Amino acid sequence: MSWVTKTLSSTIGRKLIMALTGLFLILFLTGHVSGNLLLFKGDGGEAFNIYAKFMTTNPAVKLLSYLTYISIIGHVIFSIWLSKRNKSARPIGYGVSTPPSTTVSSRNMGILGTIILIFIVVHMQSFWAQMHWGDLPVVTYDGEQYKDLFSIVTFAFQNELMVIGYVVAMVFLAFHLSHGFASAFQTLGLNHAKYSPAISVIGKIYCILVPILFASMPVYIYFTQS
Amino acid sequence: MKLTLKIWRQKNASDKGAFVTYPIDGISTDMSFLEMMDVLNEELAVKGEDPVHFDHDCREGICGMCSLYINGHPHGPKQTTTCQLHMRSFSDGDTITIEPWRAAAFPVVKDLVVDRGSFDRIIQAGGYVSVNTGGVPDANEIPIPKRIADEAFDSATCIGCGACVAACKNASAMLFTSAKISQLAMLPQGQVERMSRAEKMVAQMDAEGFGACTNTGACEAECPKGISLTNIARMNREYFSASVKSENV
Ligand code: HEM
Ligand code: SF4
Ligand code: FES
Repeated sequence: MSWVTKTLSSTIGRKLIMALTGLFLILFLTGHVSGNLLLFKGDGGEAFNIYAKFMTTNPAVKLLSYLTYISIIGHVIFSIWLSKRNKSARPIGYGVSTPPSTTVSSRNMGILGTIILIFIVVHMQSFWAQMHWGDLPVVTYDGEQYKDLFSIVTFAFQNELMVIGYVVAMVFLAFHLSHGFASAFQTLGLNHAKYSPAISVIGKIYCILVPILFASMPVYIYFTQS
Repeated sequence: MKLTLKIWRQKNASDKGAFVTYPIDGISTDMSFLEMMDVLNEELAVKGEDPVHFDHDCREGICGMCSLYINGHPHGPKQTTTCQLHMRSFSDGDTITIEPWRAAAFPVVKDLVVDRGSFDRIIQAGGYVSVNTGGVPDANEIPIPKRIADEAFDSATCIGCGACVAACKNASAMLFTSAKISQLAMLPQGQVERMSRAEKMVAQMDAEGFGACTNTGACEAECPKGISLTNIARMNREYFSASVKSENV
């Protein structure tokens, strides 16, 4: 093994990958939620559709989207690899285990992540695959043609089950991030009297604000577009 | 005090083992937990039964030899060692479940005794400093800032008991290993082997089959010496920088 593979396959190295991919996904979510705020514009989806086209065609965004795919896949593969090792480190469990002083989220990152993964698959199939390969209606703004993703989104969120599913998934995301955000910095070794309190506060705000913004989109569309 | 003890009995490493229930009476609240175990063992010896095997040595809270997973917590309900736990922490009529530490890297030897040799091997891999023989150097020859000295000393208070491993859902040894890496990494005497120490001790920790850290903080909450998670962050920094900078390809 070279020093790179040796480092990255160690327990600390695997966590490094979890932290780096997790933080990149947090950056991605920040961009994603900001862009999607255009859904609230009330212009019949014009700004959103123009943004969606930009996001699927701009070369710089393309590069970022490949990094996002790699991050998701890397995060999932390394989480399976880590979880398997962690399970085998205690083959025989305890007869009595009172819940320790740790948070529910920190003890269930794998379960939370698995639910998020299911959500990501459904979500990408509903919108991402449609935008890339679907037979979308076309709208014209200022003489230029755009795929009408907005109509697909508004149609999807007429369905109560979709709306409920999205809101629930965002609750799980919130719990995943309530531990994950600060945890990633600790993994990177960034534990410092000056910065850690701020990181922890920003993490708490982030893990509530971003999922709420995401969840409010299907809810808003459900109540305004029917 | 009258108590019911549910104790893990296991003849040897290959035996399956099971809980056995023992009623016990006449326990004073002033007894330490281990003294209570001594009372039980005397009763068992009189009856001609095999006494319950458990680890202990100093009974002063300094050696780290005592273990026992008591009612779902390593070292019981208080953040201390089992030898420093007193029966006044329990109430008359309580049922107390006593188990060995559970980790692939801490195999059960007999009853409540586990083999913590994996910790010794982690220390052997790099938890030392090389010192020249010859005249004893003056104690204050190398100035060390008070804050650093205090922090290194805090890390050095780890007694290697393994409660962190026992408490962790991943049976991870990162709190222990990070304390042992930290106590030397912060001091001038530890600089010579600094990089190889981080690399070798982490490699040995992994080879022993301990889990990784999910940063839940269960170790810190249960550590009888209050070793903090900042040590794990420092170990990660030491390990990353050693991986990148050392000449070991
Ligand atoms: C957008 C989605 C996601 C984001 C932003 C995210 C973010 C994070 C972050 C920041 C961490 C902390 C890393 C650390 O402790 O160093 C983490 C941990 C974790 N994530 Fe995710 N994650 C996402 C999706 C997923 C998915 C889909 C799974 C998988 C199946 C998953 C499984 C895990 C697991 C198991 C851990 C804990 C690893 C450990 O420390 O043992 N995550 N995540
Ligand atoms: S870090 Fe604490 S719990 Fe772990 S071995 Fe050292 S003293 Fe025991
Ligand atoms: S017997 Fe030495 S610390 Fe408990």
